[in-house]
Amino acid sequence: MVEVVKGAIDAIFAGLPMVAVVVWTLVKIIAITVPLIVAVAFYTLAERKVIGWMQVRRGPVYIGPLALLQPFADTFKMLFKELILPTNASRFLYFLAPVLSLAPAFAAWAVVPFGEGMALADVNAGLLYLLAMTSMGVYGVILAGWASNSKYAFLGAMRSAAQVVSYEIALGFALVGVLAMSGTLNLGAIVDAQKGDAGLLEWFWLPLLPLFLIYFISGVAETNRAPFDVAEGESEIVAGFHVEYGGAAFAVFFLAEYANMILISFLTTIMFMGGWLSPFPASWGLLGEPGPWWLFGKAAFFMFCFLWFRATFPRYRYDQIMRLGWKVFIPITIVWILVAALIVHADLVQVGA
Amino acid sequence: MILSEYLPILLFLAVSTVIGAALLGLGALLGPRRGGAEKLSPYECGFEAFEDARMKFDVRYYLVAILFIIFDLEIAFLFPWALVFDDIGAPALAAMAVFLGILVIGFVYEWKKGALEWE
Repeated sequence: MVEVVKGAIDAIFAGLPMVAVVVWTLVKIIAITVPLIVAVAFYTLAERKVIGWMQVRRGPVYIGPLALLQPFADTFKMLFKELILPTNASRFLYFLAPVLSLAPAFAAWAVVPFGEGMALADVNAGLLYLLAMTSMGVYGVILAGWASNSKYAFLGAMRSAAQVVSYEIALGFALVGVLAMSGTLNLGAIVDAQKGDAGLLEWFWLPLLPLFLIYFISGVAETNRAPFDVAEGESEIVAGFHVEYGGAAFAVFFLAEYANMILISFLTTIMFMGGWLSPFPASWGLLGEPGPWWLFGKAAFFMFCFLWFRATFPRYRYDQIMRLGWKVFIPITIVWILVAALIVHADLVQVGA
Repeated sequence: MILSEYLPILLFLAVSTVIGAALLGLGALLGPRRGGAEKLSPYECGFEAFEDARMKFDVRYYLVAILFIIFDLEIAFLFPWALVFDDIGAPALAAMAVFLGILVIGFVYEWKKGALEWE
């Protein structure tokens, strides 16, 4: 049904000039960004509720039924706050930094497939583009710390940046393992490579188990989330690189961070958990049907894990974070890339059967 | 044809930049503007800022950045290899094992030298 409608719409627009193509693309982009922003809004509410329950408190309760209006109250509050430009700050860079961290966090969604052939841009180098976009995030961090011209912001930025680039290597290596398994850079094709009769046993998390764990943990570190949030550590020290930011500028950083968390959850699902494929064998009838709902369900689980980690684990010390990244994750990933290559070479795993 | 596939990505980048800029603009429009020397001074736990923030910092950050470039380049080399090694077969595996081996030697060296130590 969806395919029929999609085909009909595509057929209508196939004959139209460039302007129509651009407008239609813009409509699709809005159809991704608006739900994304709403998801971020409710994710912040879910975070406070979930952590509240885990700590035997109630979390937010007052604004709206079930506190559902809380995110909007937060947003409006932040928009009506003063936008501060500290003395000695470089005006242009100071305001460029939040935009520079938001843009890649959103633009990365261009290649994310939500279902069979349901990506905005179904490009053949999707994974390369994703790697580029997730790497861009660090510019916002370092620029914010530098442009603020404040000691705390600067030190926080150095720490965050060193942490982010360290874990990016482990992240990249884990992706190479996925690549070796699937033999393609296209995200849709990566999901297709995980198809099979055995349901969830066909997904890449099984042959690439160490890479899967490292990918998700590195994703948590990459987004500067607990238990790797030493640079922010809001319960111990002042916020890191964005300490001078308030109001709307802070909101933009916030939006970028949560969009990145959701992105990491989706990517982990697509790369290792079979994306929109059903965990059950195809012979199970309706339960075995692939569909976007599986993707969203699995991604929601990983999003929950972000909150779960935050409520469960004590914060790492900075030297422990760097040691984990360099001395544990990178050696394991290097070894497992070779293992994955050998598995593929010996045809031990049936890809895309 | 291939290039036109990237048009949505370009548009998406533009839209997301506009969203960020629009939020900042909205904040500037709606928020009050009551400055003041105290409020606008850089945050330093309530103390007067007594030194420039552009100060010396630990050389290890620099070291991490250099190591990051080396390893990130390696990832860039591994990407095309991971795509085609199954078609090439054993020689590709051996070549990448040698390449990774050389890199691991360097990695062990920097590890032993203490470049990865913090405190």
